[in-house]
Amino acid sequence: MQLSGAEIIMECLLRESVDVMFGYPGGAILPTYDAMTLYNDRIHHVLVRHEQGASHMADGYARATGDVGVCIATSGPGATNLVTGLATAMMDSSPIVAITGQVPIPAIGSDAFQETDVTGVTLPVTKHNYLVTDVNELAYIMKEAFHIARTGRPGPVLVDVPKDVQIAKTEFIYPEGDIVLPGYSPPSTASQHQIDGALQLISEAERPVILAGHGIMMSGATQELQELAERAQIPVALTLLGKGSMPENHPMVIGMMGMHGEASSNLAIQEADLLIALGMRFDDRVTGNLKTYAQNARKIHIDIDPSEIHKNVRADVGIAGDLKIVLNQLLPKLARKSHPQWMNRIRDWLEDSSERDILNYETPGRLLTAQVINDLWSLTGGDAITVTDVGQHQMLEAQYYPHQRPSTLITSGGLGTMGFGFPAAIGAKFGKPDEEVWAIVGDGGFQMTMCEMATAVQENSNVNIAIINNNFLGMVRQWQELFYEKRYQATPMFNPDFCRLADAFSIPNRCVRQREEIEEAVNFARGIDGPTLIEFVVEKEEMVYPMVPAGADLHDMKRRPKPGEAE
Amino acid sequence: MTAQPDNNKVTIVALVENEPGVLNRIASLFRRRAFNIDSLTVGRTHKPHISRMTIRVDAGQEYAKRIATNLQKLVNVIDVRVLDNEPHVERDLALIKVRNDDANSRNTITEICDRYPARIVDIGPKVAIIEMVGTEAIVEQFIEEVRPTGIVEMIRTGMVSMGRGTRIHDTDFTRHDLAQAIAQARAGGNGHKI
Repeated sequence: MQLSGAEIIMECLLRESVDVMFGYPGGAILPTYDAMTLYNDRIHHVLVRHEQGASHMADGYARATGDVGVCIATSGPGATNLVTGLATAMMDSSPIVAITGQVPIPAIGSDAFQETDVTGVTLPVTKHNYLVTDVNELAYIMKEAFHIARTGRPGPVLVDVPKDVQIAKTEFIYPEGDIVLPGYSPPSTASQHQIDGALQLISEAERPVILAGHGIMMSGATQELQELAERAQIPVALTLLGKGSMPENHPMVIGMMGMHGEASSNLAIQEADLLIALGMRFDDRVTGNLKTYAQNARKIHIDIDPSEIHKNVRADVGIAGDLKIVLNQLLPKLARKSHPQWMNRIRDWLEDSSERDILNYETPGRLLTAQVINDLWSLTGGDAITVTDVGQHQMLEAQYYPHQRPSTLITSGGLGTMGFGFPAAIGAKFGKPDEEVWAIVGDGGFQMTMCEMATAVQENSNVNIAIINNNFLGMVRQWQELFYEKRYQATPMFNPDFCRLADAFSIPNRCVRQREEIEEAVNFARGIDGPTLIEFVVEKEEMVYPMVPAGADLHDMKRRPKPGEAE
Repeated sequence: MTAQPDNNKVTIVALVENEPGVLNRIASLFRRRAFNIDSLTVGRTHKPHISRMTIRVDAGQEYAKRIATNLQKLVNVIDVRVLDNEPHVERDLALIKVRNDDANSRNTITEICDRYPARIVDIGPKVAIIEMVGTEAIVEQFIEEVRPTGIVEMIRTGMVSMGRGTRIHDTDFTRHDLAQAIAQARAGGNGHKI
């Protein structure tokens, strides 16, 4: 049976088990939108209000489910609007397939209306991309695209389909079996030599620390991580995206690491004699000054991407492999061990941190972000999927909302994309319709993609929006306070009345100014089936502590003074 | 002529798909990772769908390995090999246009060319073109000898390399042959027909 390219796209999506896609129509993608009418009962199309929202929704869907998220846009501006979302997904290894319309092949290169060299533009921000020039190749390319997006180190793949290729007809044949790409074979197992090397370092270590990253959850190695930590009694520090890889109330978990990480984690890393880095990439926000980073520690680094090994930090044992497989090679030979002195030292740091915890301060009449997050955590039973934007609220979420399950914190870590949180939350809700989803956003980031309120209402998406409003670009303001003598250039915000704005979209809402009002508002939002919005008007000039200034040594943290100490 | 081991210079050989845009992907990788390379040559192999690249890096083994692991991540890059100290043949080709307008320079050029694997491929009353083939080091040495007579134009291909002996650097890779796959599927083979 002859199908058009547009129909082939839809058939391929069906075969890849896609049931939702996020997109926006336009001239060059119209044949595919027309073909969609035949598939509406099986693939739900979500009409976004800006293509950036479509790419973030696909990303949020992918992170919540582990499946590939799909977004679709037209040529030119439609495609360029996807770019921020693709770059976000690339940095955080999130599997997305983006389909874009392109001007007809004879018009390519002629500066036609809405023509952009989309494969050129997206080359550095995709794992791979395709320009389809022959309808006979379309099915193969679609299958390859999904394969590449979801395997190895996942990432975004873009397929650019000229309008005439969407219209052209051919016999539809979907290749069965596995895709074989000799130029693409993600590593899986470690050599015996590498396993022995790792075991040797673990057996010799007195002050080991596990650095648990995003890769653990993507590999499905959470059980293996926990077994490693328990059997060899190794404390676990989490990266931002590694939150959820082990229950945070587990006694071996010592907190997030890095710029706004827990002092206990950062100090442990600096004093460690062995780092076991699992599915993480030693980002500069995690290491601080590389010259002084974990100087006394030997390093075992396991990651699926061979180019990450030795990139920022030299590994004594570097293993390019799939974490679940490699840990299962390692665990049978791992001896039981304990490090009571080391754990006691870390416990002292944890105790010191809790003395400095702002929640233990008397703060009458003030509403602090930490209080909002903490109360949201307790009112949701600590079990919601939280999707954050970027900035102070993001770091405070990471500090005050402990996650017990994998893939329950969705946040733009690598790229730090403001505007990510709200659309990504809508995408996550589509992926996990039975879970409670909260978008925790700042007043700045929310305004970048708040047009998606219309999408949320049109789809009756049960996403609760928590706006942490301090009328500032808070994190930038914090840097200005610390490093630019409080010259608040372009950080104070004029904001709309968020509740009246929500009213205009028919979104039920609450405004919270006092801590006592939090419970009622959160319960109100949880009781409504559909989008809700709560504006939390918080203290204007809060600080996120601890803070390792950019480029400083990891142990050189600015700490919140203890009660009674001068700030 | 075997390459002399140069302490910092490393050669990377990559087999890549002969497809539109592959060179662009590689160039883009080098640019965004800020990899500094000395030379890059690309040409066809005995298989029409495979191109071969020789990349020269002047920054040591470790740097070359980083480039290699990043190159390997590109889907269209089939195989990458860092030629460490394994014996290999390397060749650079230079076309050098020199002054040739008096008896003295003519004699000098002829005399220098006799001592090198070089030959004069074009000669006129004012200028001559010399073709010089050899290792990078010898080509450079030759150029320095010719320079005083007056080089007016020059182009070098950049280096190409091949390992010696039976360590074959090749691939069985064939891109999915669409016509064949479709024919197979029609005959009830490895495809899904609707």
